[in-house]
Amino acid sequence: MASDTKHLEMTLETIVESVNLAEEMCLRVAEAAGFGEDDCYRIGMSVREGVINAFHYGNQERPEKKIHLAVDLTADKMIIHVLDEGAGFKLSEVPDPLAEENLLSTSGRGIFLMRAFMDEFDVVSGKTGGAEIVMSKKLPGPGSTSPNGQGGQNATPQQEA
Amino acid sequence: MSLHATHRDAGIVTVVDLSGRIVLGDGSALLRKTIRGLLEDQRKLILLNLADVDYIDSSGIGELVSGYTAVKNQSGDLKLLHLTKKVRDLLQITKLYTVFDVFTDEGTALRSFS
Repeated sequence: MASDTKHLEMTLETIVESVNLAEEMCLRVAEAAGFGEDDCYRIGMSVREGVINAFHYGNQERPEKKIHLAVDLTADKMIIHVLDEGAGFKLSEVPDPLAEENLLSTSGRGIFLMRAFMDEFDVVSGKTGGAEIVMSKKLPGPGSTSPNGQGGQNATPQQEA
Repeated sequence: MSLHATHRDAGIVTVVDLSGRIVLGDGSALLRKTIRGLLEDQRKLILLNLADVDYIDSSGIGELVSGYTAVKNQSGDLKLLHLTKKVRDLLQITKLYTVFDVFTDEGTALRSFS
């Protein structure tokens, strides 16, 4: 890890309250890093969805399992890791929530929202064997013209190839 | 901010005024309970006023869809009123804006049920 990288991590219980806790913590980091209101919303939402995914799908809401959240603040971006203790999954196997047959599904939009709201998004096999979501957002640069974080940010959903 | 819900009669339609966040946990549960309660009372024409809802996560979206399906399955109708920008954007990127009937004026929304 580069010496100018700030690193934060916390272990969360597999309970609903962890979703809000993770969101609040990451929002504080994002605000301190200079992100505007819109980007903070996108980052907060993505963290929520990452932890919901770990809580519900990864750890199957089993309280003996943990959710591991880490935030790295580098010189140019904020990187968020959400690791569960489940069986893992492949991104390619996640149904497309925009497909006609899935539009009225009551679940399955979390991954889509994270991909839409963050600049980079991936799911890898974590050290626990579970899924590790890794997503990042570029820090607002000195040339950013928008105080609310709209300048040059990507809010377009990125579809699986 | 937790979710609050009150409902009022407007002719044949029940308007549900929501405020707060529709998110995993109490928010989604309250929305579910509210819609299911109205259906049990045979109130099947429902207008959700989301003017004071500025945050919905994927669980909240799922609950909106679940409510919509439950109402439709009972030959009723569920429509949305006064979306905030964030909620409208969210429904647009998830393509649900094309599923729900969405209104910006309550009178127009109420007339659309008849």
